[in-house]
Amino acid sequence: MTTKLFGSRVPRVEDQRFLRGQGRYVDDLLHDDPRLLHAAVLRSPHAHARVVDIDVADVLDVEGVVAVWTWDDLTGPMAEPLPLLIPHPTLTHGRTQYALAKDEVNYVGEAIAFVVATDRYVAEDAVSRIRVDYEQLPPVVGIAAAREAARAVHDDVPDNVGARMVQETGDARAAIAAAPHTLTLDLDVERSACTPMEGRGTVARWDPDTSRLTVWSSTQTSTGVRGCVAAKLGLDLAKVDVVTPDVGGGFGVKINHPWPEELLVPLAAMTLGRPVKFTEDRREHFISSAHERAQQHHVEVGFDDDGRLLGLSVEFWHDHGAYTPYGLIVPIITSTQLLGPYKPQNYRVAFESLYTNTVIVTPYRGAGRPQGCFVMERTMDAIAAYLGTDRTEVRSANFIQPDEFPYEHGLVFQDGRELTYDSGDYPASLAKLKELVGWDEFEDFRAEMAAEGRRVGIGLACYVEGTGVGPYEGAHVHIETSGRVKVATGLTTQGQGHQTAFAQIVADTLGVRFEDVEITTGDTRKMPYAVGTFASRAAVMSGSAIHLAALRAKEKALRIAAEALEADESDLEIADGVVSVRGTDASIDLGTVAVLSNPLRYAFDEASKAATQFSVGDPGKPPVAEDDEPGLEGKDFYSPARSTFANGMHAVIVETDPDTAEISILKYAVVHDCGHLINPMIVEGQIHGGVAQGVGGALYERMAYDESGQLLNASFMDFLMPYVTEVPTSIDIDHLETPSPLNPLGIKGAGEAGVIPSAAVFAAAIEDAERPHHPDLAITAMPISPSELFELRLAHAAEPAAEPAAEHAAQKETR
Amino acid sequence: MTSPAPEELHDVRLRVNGSVHEVRVPARRLLSDALRHDCGLTGTHVGCEHGVCGACTILVDGRPVRSCLMLAVSAVDAEITTVEGLTEPDGSLSPVQQAFSDCHGLQCGFCTPGFLTTITAGLRENPDPSEDEAREMIAGNLCRCTGYQNIVRSVLRAAEIGAEGPASRSTDVDGGGEDR
Repeated sequence: MTTKLFGSRVPRVEDQRFLRGQGRYVDDLLHDDPRLLHAAVLRSPHAHARVVDIDVADVLDVEGVVAVWTWDDLTGPMAEPLPLLIPHPTLTHGRTQYALAKDEVNYVGEAIAFVVATDRYVAEDAVSRIRVDYEQLPPVVGIAAAREAARAVHDDVPDNVGARMVQETGDARAAIAAAPHTLTLDLDVERSACTPMEGRGTVARWDPDTSRLTVWSSTQTSTGVRGCVAAKLGLDLAKVDVVTPDVGGGFGVKINHPWPEELLVPLAAMTLGRPVKFTEDRREHFISSAHERAQQHHVEVGFDDDGRLLGLSVEFWHDHGAYTPYGLIVPIITSTQLLGPYKPQNYRVAFESLYTNTVIVTPYRGAGRPQGCFVMERTMDAIAAYLGTDRTEVRSANFIQPDEFPYEHGLVFQDGRELTYDSGDYPASLAKLKELVGWDEFEDFRAEMAAEGRRVGIGLACYVEGTGVGPYEGAHVHIETSGRVKVATGLTTQGQGHQTAFAQIVADTLGVRFEDVEITTGDTRKMPYAVGTFASRAAVMSGSAIHLAALRAKEKALRIAAEALEADESDLEIADGVVSVRGTDASIDLGTVAVLSNPLRYAFDEASKAATQFSVGDPGKPPVAEDDEPGLEGKDFYSPARSTFANGMHAVIVETDPDTAEISILKYAVVHDCGHLINPMIVEGQIHGGVAQGVGGALYERMAYDESGQLLNASFMDFLMPYVTEVPTSIDIDHLETPSPLNPLGIKGAGEAGVIPSAAVFAAAIEDAERPHHPDLAITAMPISPSELFELRLAHAAEPAAEPAAEHAAQKETR
Repeated sequence: MTSPAPEELHDVRLRVNGSVHEVRVPARRLLSDALRHDCGLTGTHVGCEHGVCGACTILVDGRPVRSCLMLAVSAVDAEITTVEGLTEPDGSLSPVQQAFSDCHGLQCGFCTPGFLTTITAGLRENPDPSEDEAREMIAGNLCRCTGYQNIVRSVLRAAEIGAEGPASRSTDVDGGGEDR
């Protein structure tokens, strides 16, 4: 394989349409269709209530209202609860909501009625005229209330526990009991959310002429939505097409499916015989899509004099919200990925997944890893502090070494496969990180800053990320007679530049011009077998499948070209779309090879004239050989035995204001290893975005629920997503490339990495900045705001003699 | 509850990207919705509908305005420029658009139109911004994908392209522009 584009900073092809305002997001579709109807949803204002009566009489008077649905109007599978997508044996009490609430609502925002009108404004007017009698029930809000279990979210779920799961290698508790040193930590992470700039949205059109349903949805899985729509509406799969247009960000939330609206919109379109659109507004996204992150953890660890882990026991409580449509993926990932690059000799993890009367929890970029990383890295920092050793040394003492790969942890990962790391070089990564951030020079810098009365601190955090989970992805490559190459893969895209990165792979593998390759994603008409875009899997899974499919097409092209050129296949090469015999002038365009591949009866243009059955082939043989098929195409699937494990390390230098406790970022450094890079520009963009989301999650973003279950900050005004003013002014990135042995391109996933170590790395740096002044101050809960840091200072008030208050004040005056 | 009275509709003439659009809308129709759904200019995106994210930013008489905070009926007589109108007359990308492509200043593309319009106006006011000024220029727009690193670079690159190119290259993108 010539690798001229793989690894290059190729500008993105999708930018052209985005920059001209010609992207097509779901709310842009069918806007000029006068028959288009618009939907709005009545949502529960209560966190926990029985629905006694719904009166829609006033709605039908509103001019422009076409129809209204409540649960009573649903029939067959639509009247059953939504699917529990990923069941697990330990999820003994899984529950899912109905498309429209049946008798009970369990979170503010749960869908109750669905109104369709000629205009969204009118549909919302109509929603406000629906009268519902509720019998309010006491809500369960937050992990503490769920654990206390004084009240139940679901009457038939004892103690609010949906699942209890334990995994263990060795005997952690015995090892801890026998260890020379032990520590105990309690560590909490609050709720946050993906909040893509584009919320959810679905459009559906029923074609009565063909009895066929087309659904466009802003989703991370077209094939998943298709399966659900067909099953719920009682349609043959072949009657349903799902197309994912341009998607304005996903970050995980759009992998959950089907959302109530993803079923109700097609139902309405079929029932009414008119296209229907639902576009979620921002408040709806906060209260009726999904959140993540909230977990409480209890850690017991035993270690030796070098800080080597002898036994690690972690118990944690996961808040999964009101229902469990996505199963236990998030807590399972925390429980396994918590281990990071380390090898505790004995490990036990136990978790409970708990119901609360709040929005459901599904994966958000990182998906349980940020919490796991926070737990492990806080533990590493605590061990270093206890032993008085450098924090990097404790980590080094516990690293899996480069010669230990593949490394088996003896646990089961989220994909049901053994947790086995394929490759990595953690000592090399750490060396790079120390260099990049200036770890060894930091004490000089701290002293320099201290002389000016300024407080600075440094932190680091390491993670390993299982990426490219199965089961499979596929690709279809079609070389047209024009020589242009049309490629389809089934997973969806949300801004990762797949049309560019995948075209780079095809151009290299096939030997065609990049400009001649066109990639289609997320369209079940083009590729009905696919899984979806999550778990940093798109490049690994579809990238590999596309490579394999392009190889199939290439094999066929070489076979046909060899015959046409009367040459040996091994003497042929393909470059810029031309097959030539090495060392001769003999050549043939791939487009012509495509002509030869398909014997035609009818000549409709010049190219086809050359392909008619009277022009090509041996008259003594069938026009298409027994083991062949017409057309120059290749199709293949990639299905790895297990996930590939990317890794990385972040370090940050922060400054904390001695008076206001404001936290500012002075330097941010990333060492990242995702194997071979297809397009470094795109990978770095993913890291930038992940780091920014991580800053949000560490310092600003939280879901402010009150005790009655109302989300108080359900707007961009109140939920503090970082602007440019909150992110680091630069992010220093260094790459290490330890290729994965599991796929033909040696790649690993990169999408989520940037966000994983954030809570851990900021907690470490802020604590480090404060420790000289408040030796007992420990940061055990994230995110942290300046007020919370201020409170922590008050709780650990003792200023050591090292920095007398008077001197401090005097220095400040001279600034 | 009584039936609501039918809404009064208003004939509004919107001048967008040099073309006239006659639309018939109720008084409450947001300019963002009128542009997207009545004029068919779907390049302007709506991210929050409360003026915080900046995705729907357009130029009204050359100045950046959140179209979700303006009613269509109040845009009569204004000269409006949306992302569709930023492109050069010959169809090539404007300096700001080109800079975003050069610097990978966009990922999902949803917030991008608001950044492009904001920066177009910003550079007209300050054609040679420092890095801090570039940051300040985009400090009112939210992006969830890029972490802003490459958007700041795009602002600086756009200024560079603007300075390199012919004077006409960076002008006349909105038809207003008395403050050039």
